[in-house]
Amino acid sequence: MEKIVTRHFGQENSHHLDNYRQDNGYEAARKALTQMTPAQVIDEVKKSNLRGLGGAGFPTGTKWSFIPQANPKPKYLVINGDEGEPGTFKDKYIFEQDPHALLEGIIITCYAIGSHKAYIYIRGEYIKSLERVQAAVDEAYKANFLGKGIMGTGFDIDVVVHPGAGAYICGEETALLESLEGKKGFPRLKPPFPAVIGLFGCPTVINNVETIACVPPIINKGAEWYAKLGCEKNGGNRLFCVSGHVNKPGVYELPNGTTLREIIYDHAGGIPNGRKLKAVIPGGISAPILTPDQLDVKMDFDSLKAIGSMAGSGGIIVMDDTTDMVWAAMVAARFFAHESCGQCSPCREGSGWVYRNVKKLYHGQAREHDLKNLPGIVNNIGGNTICAFGDAVSMSVGSYVSKFRSEFEAKIQSTVILSEAKDLKVS
Amino acid sequence: MPNLTIDGKQIEVPAGTTIIQAADKLGIPIPRYCYHPALPVSGNCRICMVEVEKQPKLQIACYTPVADGMVVKTNSPKVLEVRKTVLEFLLVNHPVDCPVCDQAGECKLQDYYMEHGQYDSRLSDVKVKKEKKAFSIGPTVMLDQERCILCTRCVRYADTITKTHEFGVFSRGDHSQLDVYPGKQLDNNYSGNVVDICPVGALTDTDFRFKCRVWYLAQTKSVCPGCSMGCNITVEWDKSRPHQHKKARVMRLKPRHNPEVNDYWICDKGRYNYHFIDENRIQHPQLNNDLISWEQAIDTVVQVLKPLKDLKRTNRIGVLASAQLTNEDLFVIRKFFKETLNGAHLDFKVSEKPGDSDDFLMKADKNPNTAGAAQIIQVSTDAAQIVQKARAGEIDLLYVFGHDLAALYGKEALYQISKNVKLFVFQGSNVNGSCSYAHLNLPSSVYAEKAGTFTNCQQKVQRIWPAFLPMAEAKADWEILSLISAKLGAPINYKDAQEIFKDIAATISPFSEMTYDKISDKGMVLKNLSS
Repeated sequence: MEKIVTRHFGQENSHHLDNYRQDNGYEAARKALTQMTPAQVIDEVKKSNLRGLGGAGFPTGTKWSFIPQANPKPKYLVINGDEGEPGTFKDKYIFEQDPHALLEGIIITCYAIGSHKAYIYIRGEYIKSLERVQAAVDEAYKANFLGKGIMGTGFDIDVVVHPGAGAYICGEETALLESLEGKKGFPRLKPPFPAVIGLFGCPTVINNVETIACVPPIINKGAEWYAKLGCEKNGGNRLFCVSGHVNKPGVYELPNGTTLREIIYDHAGGIPNGRKLKAVIPGGISAPILTPDQLDVKMDFDSLKAIGSMAGSGGIIVMDDTTDMVWAAMVAARFFAHESCGQCSPCREGSGWVYRNVKKLYHGQAREHDLKNLPGIVNNIGGNTICAFGDAVSMSVGSYVSKFRSEFEAKIQSTVILSEAKDLKVS
Repeated sequence: MPNLTIDGKQIEVPAGTTIIQAADKLGIPIPRYCYHPALPVSGNCRICMVEVEKQPKLQIACYTPVADGMVVKTNSPKVLEVRKTVLEFLLVNHPVDCPVCDQAGECKLQDYYMEHGQYDSRLSDVKVKKEKKAFSIGPTVMLDQERCILCTRCVRYADTITKTHEFGVFSRGDHSQLDVYPGKQLDNNYSGNVVDICPVGALTDTDFRFKCRVWYLAQTKSVCPGCSMGCNITVEWDKSRPHQHKKARVMRLKPRHNPEVNDYWICDKGRYNYHFIDENRIQHPQLNNDLISWEQAIDTVVQVLKPLKDLKRTNRIGVLASAQLTNEDLFVIRKFFKETLNGAHLDFKVSEKPGDSDDFLMKADKNPNTAGAAQIIQVSTDAAQIVQKARAGEIDLLYVFGHDLAALYGKEALYQISKNVKLFVFQGSNVNGSCSYAHLNLPSSVYAEKAGTFTNCQQKVQRIWPAFLPMAEAKADWEILSLISAKLGAPINYKDAQEIFKDIAATISPFSEMTYDKISDKGMVLKNLSS
């Protein structure tokens, strides 16, 4: 199988410009800038069926085409490298192993959308990523792949590396823009979408790291080649981050549409110690959890959606039969309660309420009404919030309760507290 | 212009109008916490969600622009359910300490709960502890973080209206807390407005806190007498238990919306300028040190006036009218001292030091009716000259309306006046430096005790309404003059302020075509003075 994004991973000095150039590095950018019009670049990316690999799966070329070219304001490209979704650690490898692939993708994307400035927003905890990307940017400036009139083409491009400050919500694209602008990371009301009013009020494209790293190979080898690698409407390969109860956790580059079973058992080495699989989160903690009977699902955006989950960020978290699902739900709920930005009321108050409820259940301090109320509370958050975080709380925590209800029921405290027992009348 | 239907009612509104604005125009109530018409939209509370036909999800009415042919439902089962839901979330960490909360009775959590909540509580958990409860964040406002629903109205107010940026929301998730920035205090000229826009009991007024339950309050429309801006206000007074606060009637003033004058706001100077209504009042007519009846008081004035009138020595009369008075008071002053007693020296402008002002609502001229006085009173002699004449004994009667001459001219001048004029009359609502030197003190009513009009610095004539009866024996200024004129045998007869105003409109051309009904509660600008 042909590796694309991970093709340089593991090579000595893979992060250096020299290494990158040895493998036709920056030739795709040269090709785009000298032989193609921006519209042709966009068209090529559209035909490749490349989709947003941060989690939403929006067709990349289409997103680029939303940038209003008649708008006299500057246009920006923002790379979302906040990678905070639990179970996800792929962008980190691109930053560290092949930052020039990202930079070349940035050049091509900027050219396609008419932008001369790109920001790379990197998760604050990713110290090594920040260092490697900044070093790569410096190298690229020196070699005139960035800066004024790059590669003798007359095209200018500046790249700024910006560290995040530790909030998960800044991975939400409009919260990221707020953060970049120096404000508290609160998601914006939409519309307007960033393509119209984005960074500093200007048209902006926001793409995930992996998505942009896929762009140079598409330009080099053509949309058709790329589209064929994946499955219908999901072009190319994906980086799957496998963690949890598997023998070989790690990042695996596999074609879109590979089954979950194949990823877990053939590539990640299966479940250790002969135990059985109990549950899998297929796309980062926000994705509804799957049960063993769903393992044959194809890992692409559309197939996972069809079974009520989502491909999300490609973070596969495997849980074996020793896992307490109430505990797992509590961990997820705690994460959401901790990371809710607090801007809108259903999510701010609801995420904490859900966590406290599940925590009580886990510790055996909950009573029947607590479990009875839980699905309703969880449901009331989703669909009523400013951003998709609220939906994630609902879908994620809700899926544990609906699929493993008996485990929750088993935790209910049997003691009757007199003051709360409505049917017990004290005479 | 887009035409849309809300709950079966059609309306055409300009493009860019939001659903909540269109619904407000139709009088269809959509609940709101974070939305305020004068502030940028934040969309965080989520209680204004409505159903829009052909949209799968409910939309927030405060942010969603109308579209042609749009069909909106504000009371479908889905909408009513989500209101309940949002209320429930807002109360998860709210203390529900209504019995000890000053906002109770005018709290939007209470109101909407009664209207849309009414569910059995599912909240059995420990609530998140916030840091500051009953915490002073400045000279006028108290903060209670656990009652705050983080709607950010105050934050947006301080960011966009006063641009003083005191407020922020700190931390995140359900630990978010509203606070002032470290080292900052909420201390600007317009701090008190945050209490009005706070929909819950998070920001309360230090001055009003625990003074009176709001359900004891009556509201009377009025105009702030604190400066020439004439901000529209509501006088809120205790209609049933004034004995709880030493018989003080007025408990607080609130801004009253008038987009052409003060929008939703008033300054703190104006807001807290009400104690004089119930304190330090002149309650009875008083001659030197003796309390006298109104009849005796009128006789005292007429005894001096009659010979001056009869002997055509009206130039021995000096009158200092005031721009604190209403147009109606001033018109009767004009009739009496310019017509009946033609020849009297009359002015209304004393040389006051300009007060504090800013580029928003506060004006340096601290009189509410300078523009009206200028139209009504034809000044015959400069105020300083009148005072000078009084000091020199060149006049026999000095009639002063409300001015504190001690503060303006010094006690020595007053002493001389007191010694050298036959009768020094002070007519006013409150005791000030003039009183102890005046021979005769006549109690007049304050603005909250009478009907009338003020003309503000925009030349806008605005009405005031009487909230309650004048204190003790006080009377409206024009009424006192009516009594004197009758005793003098040249009666100026008016039934009430409205009748005087009819005469003003008939006499003074910039007021022509105005009536109380037309002025209503939003005011009316004087007719073009040049035409």
